[in-house]
Amino acid sequence: MSESKNSSVPSTPRSEGAGKEITRRDFLNEITLGALGVAGLGSVAVTYQYFSPNVLFEPATTFWAGHPDLYPVHSVTFLQDQQVYIVRLPQGFFAVSAVCTHLGCVTQWKPDADQGQGQIQCPCHGSKFRDDGSKVEGPAPRPLPHFAISLTADGELLVDKLQNINPAQVLKV
Amino acid sequence: MATSFQSALQNIRETKVWKSIFRRGPANTNRTRSLAIFGNIFLHWLPVKVREKSLRVRASYYLGSISFLLFIVLFVTGILLMFYYHPAAPHAYRDMKDLQFVVSNGVFLRNLHRLAAHLMVFAVFWHMFHVFYRGGYKPPHEFNWVIGVVLLLVTLFLSYTGYLLPWDQLAFWAVTVGTNIISAMPVVGNKIRFLVLGGNIVGENALLRFYVLHVVILPLVAFLLIGIHFWRVQKDGGLTVKHKDEDGEE
Repeated sequence: MSESKNSSVPSTPRSEGAGKEITRRDFLNEITLGALGVAGLGSVAVTYQYFSPNVLFEPATTFWAGHPDLYPVHSVTFLQDQQVYIVRLPQGFFAVSAVCTHLGCVTQWKPDADQGQGQIQCPCHGSKFRDDGSKVEGPAPRPLPHFAISLTADGELLVDKLQNINPAQVLKV
Repeated sequence: MATSFQSALQNIRETKVWKSIFRRGPANTNRTRSLAIFGNIFLHWLPVKVREKSLRVRASYYLGSISFLLFIVLFVTGILLMFYYHPAAPHAYRDMKDLQFVVSNGVFLRNLHRLAAHLMVFAVFWHMFHVFYRGGYKPPHEFNWVIGVVLLLVTLFLSYTGYLLPWDQLAFWAVTVGTNIISAMPVVGNKIRFLVLGGNIVGENALLRFYVLHVVILPLVAFLLIGIHFWRVQKDGGLTVKHKDEDGEE
C-alpha cells in the first residue's frame, strides 16, 4: 500500500492524474461504497414494493346498479355501499361521485334544500353541489366527477368508478 | 430510628454486590458525586452541576420535564392498553368499548392515556413558545432547537396515529380528511397516501399501519430524540437564563 503511494509523485493532486494514480485503498473504498450504495438503493426499492399491497380487500370499483326502472325520472338515489349517486333526469342517466372533492367526506343528498330543488351537501366543511355534481359553493375545489355508466346486455346499469367522463354525457335509456 | 436506617444503608453500601454495581465509594465529595452521575447509564446525560437560577420555576416552568413526564405516563398506560386491544377492524372498536365498560380500571387507563396525550401536545407547544420567547433557539442551542421542532412533529404524529385506533366515526373521518390532505401534495401525494393507508380507503390495512407507527416506530424515534435533546441541554451549557438575569428582573 505505502509502496504504491511512494512510487507515484506525492505532490501531484489526484485530479490532475485523471484517475490513473488511484491507490489500492482508494479503489477498494470506492467499489465498497459503490456496492453499499447499490445495495442501499435496492433495499429502498424493495421496501417500497413491500409496503405497496398488491391485493386489496376493498369494494369493487365496477358495479351493477340494477335495472333502470328502479329509478324514477327526476330522482337522485344514493348508493351507500358504492358512495355514488344515480341521477335520472328526463334526458337520461348519469352517475355522480358522492365523495367530496375537498377532503373526501361522503356527501348527502338533501331533497328539500335550495327551495325544494334539492342539493348535495357535505357534512364536513359545508361544500354544496347541484344534482349534476356542479359546484354551488366551496371549499371544494372541483365539481363532483361523473363516472362512466352503461347498459349491460341484460339491461342493467353498469358503473365504472375508475373511469371519469365528461358531465355532458348522459346515458339515454 | 434515623440513625439505624442510615447505618443499615451504610451496611448495604459496604457489601460486595453494591460495590460491584456502583464501583465507587460514598458520594461525599464533589468528585464522587460527579462519578455517581457519570457512572449511571440513566443519569449520565444529565448535568453534574446545575446553576441554582436555572432551577427556579420561572426559568423554565418545568415545561420540558412536564412533557417528558406525560410521555412516560403515555408509555406506561399505552403498554397496559395494548394487553386488551386488537388492531383489526371488527375488534378495535369493541376492545375500546370493553376497556370502558368491562375491564377493571380500563376506563381510567384509557382516559389517562387520552388526556395525557392532549396535555402533552399542549405542554410541548407551551414549551416551544417559552423557549422561543426566551431566545432559547439562539447559538449554541440551534441544533437542540431543531431536535425540539422534530420532537413536536413526532408528538403530533403520535397523537394523529393514536386518533384512528378507537375505530369510531370520529377516528375514521379524521383520518379520511387527514390522509386526503396528503394527496394534495404535488406528484407524490397519492403514492404517499396509498403507502400510509396501505390501500385506497381507510380500512384494515390503514388501522394496522397506524397501530405499528403508534406503538413501535414513533415511540422509538421519540425516545432517541428525547435522549439527544436532554444530552444537548447539558452540552450546550444548560438553560438560557442569562439574559433575564442581566436585565435584573429576577
